[in-house]
Amino acid sequence: MQTILSVNNLTKKFGALTAVKDLSFQIEKGNVYGILGPNGSGKSTTLGIVLNVVNRTSGTFSWFDGATSTHDALKKVGAIIERPNFYPYMTAVQNLKLVCKIKEVSDDKVEEKLELVGLLERKDSKFRTYSLGMKQRLAIASALLNDPEILILDEPTNGLDPQGIHQIREIIKKIASQGTTILLASHLLDEVEKVCSHVVILRKGEKLYSGRVDGMLASHGFFELKTSQEEALLKYLQGNASFGEIKVESGLITAFLREEMKAEDLNKALFEKEILLSHLVKRKESLEEQFLTLTKTQTN
Amino acid sequence: MIRLLQIEFIKLWNNRTSKILIISYFVLLTSIALVAAIKFDIGPVKFHLAEQGIFNFPYIWHFNSFVAAIFKLFLAIVIVSMMANEYSNKTIKQNLIDGLSKKEFILSKFLTVVSFALISTVFVFIVSLVLGLLYSDYNEIAIIFSDLEFILAFFVKLVGFFSFCLFLGILVKRSAFALGFLILWLILEQLVFGLLGWKVMSWETANQIKNFFPLESMSNLIKEPFTRLGAVKTVADQIGEKLSLDYHVQWYEILVVLVWTAVFVYFSYALLKRRDL
Repeated sequence: MQTILSVNNLTKKFGALTAVKDLSFQIEKGNVYGILGPNGSGKSTTLGIVLNVVNRTSGTFSWFDGATSTHDALKKVGAIIERPNFYPYMTAVQNLKLVCKIKEVSDDKVEEKLELVGLLERKDSKFRTYSLGMKQRLAIASALLNDPEILILDEPTNGLDPQGIHQIREIIKKIASQGTTILLASHLLDEVEKVCSHVVILRKGEKLYSGRVDGMLASHGFFELKTSQEEALLKYLQGNASFGEIKVESGLITAFLREEMKAEDLNKALFEKEILLSHLVKRKESLEEQFLTLTKTQTN
Repeated sequence: MIRLLQIEFIKLWNNRTSKILIISYFVLLTSIALVAAIKFDIGPVKFHLAEQGIFNFPYIWHFNSFVAAIFKLFLAIVIVSMMANEYSNKTIKQNLIDGLSKKEFILSKFLTVVSFALISTVFVFIVSLVLGLLYSDYNEIAIIFSDLEFILAFFVKLVGFFSFCLFLGILVKRSAFALGFLILWLILEQLVFGLLGWKVMSWETANQIKNFFPLESMSNLIKEPFTRLGAVKTVADQIGEKLSLDYHVQWYEILVVLVWTAVFVYFSYALLKRRDL
């Protein structure tokens, strides 16, 4: 699988404050990623660094396996950060044509993208006359002008009314269904859950979790098992209704629970079936709860 | 390079205020020609400015480049605000995200500044040439094209001054404050000069040092042309005053301004590179 972005041990300090701390993750082509974290957890700073507008303190990042310079790589990226920034005195079409010049792509897609976000009728209105929802949609159109390999969205629904939120989410889903890789930063768990397949969770600049969304939301925890009798174990697990998804990765079997089960009970049951374990760990994933308490303590 | 200029052109030309200021600037440059029309005809006193020799080659190069440089303030406003607006609209951030490198960003602004200076220079050259051909007493080719260094000095002066404006725009980020800072700087240079001459050293040395200050070195490039006029000289001679100013543009004066230009452009870039947007 092609790696689009890899971030290694990235750290950013603003004076005494560490906004991002030793962060590493990778973005693979074709997935929809979420960066989840409460306000001030370093999401925007991380995106700012990989987008060349914030200087890093230490660590590295590379686009497309480091084959191109960052600013050339950014021409293959579409990104919207926080607020839509355009020239207020220029119309939608003029603004988008300017972006085409910067990205060095031809401007024949301007109308097509405006239609995608539903702004074709207002294409000759000046940017300053737009509502926030329209501005945000124009930003998405602008980010799509170069048919990017990856679309980066930072809080795309922030400050919008329910209808605006719905419109933006529909657009994101439409884009995702076309196979574009998406990286979505948000403090809304629900938003990430609805749209993303993978997630990186941040708290105070530190990574709490990174992996698949469905893995994160398992609420009964999971077992990590190792044995020499792999086949027999898998057969037992698959035949037991208490277990949901089962994954095997280089000898390590991960079994997600559908209902509560004690480690001792599993060990006993397996022993009775003459399956001997060399490794048994029960883990509880309470990231969702953790995340919620986090956001509750920092509501403003 | 063409691409960077096109980007700036789109930004500037779609902004009504900038457009009006740019157009008025070039109209004003052309209006130097109107000086030719100044005529007093009050009974016995007949005065026609065009016949006082101000349009004589090669003096006209000096006179026009000096007068035209006064109008540069119009473009200074455009340049300061084109830089500061990128900050207030946060479009600089979007430009960088869209794939413009910081170097390209500064280069696009600098190229615009150079183009402004170049177009102004060509403008002044043509207006002076036409006026001179109409009114000059001397029309030999050798005389017409002598003293052209004033036109070169004019170009260097504008590039230097506009680069300073560019730097102020990046440094201060607000156009009104940046223009205020420009005026403050102008006063500051005179103040430092005054202090140096008054307390620290002789006025002569202070004067020499003053010529290395950024704004002073720019204005020093083209010295005032009025005392060179025949009429003024005659009057001065009559009251026994000796006017012995060297009017010519010196190579080292051009060098000083070029060094300042490089410093301002480099610091604009360094500032942008260091900043988190």
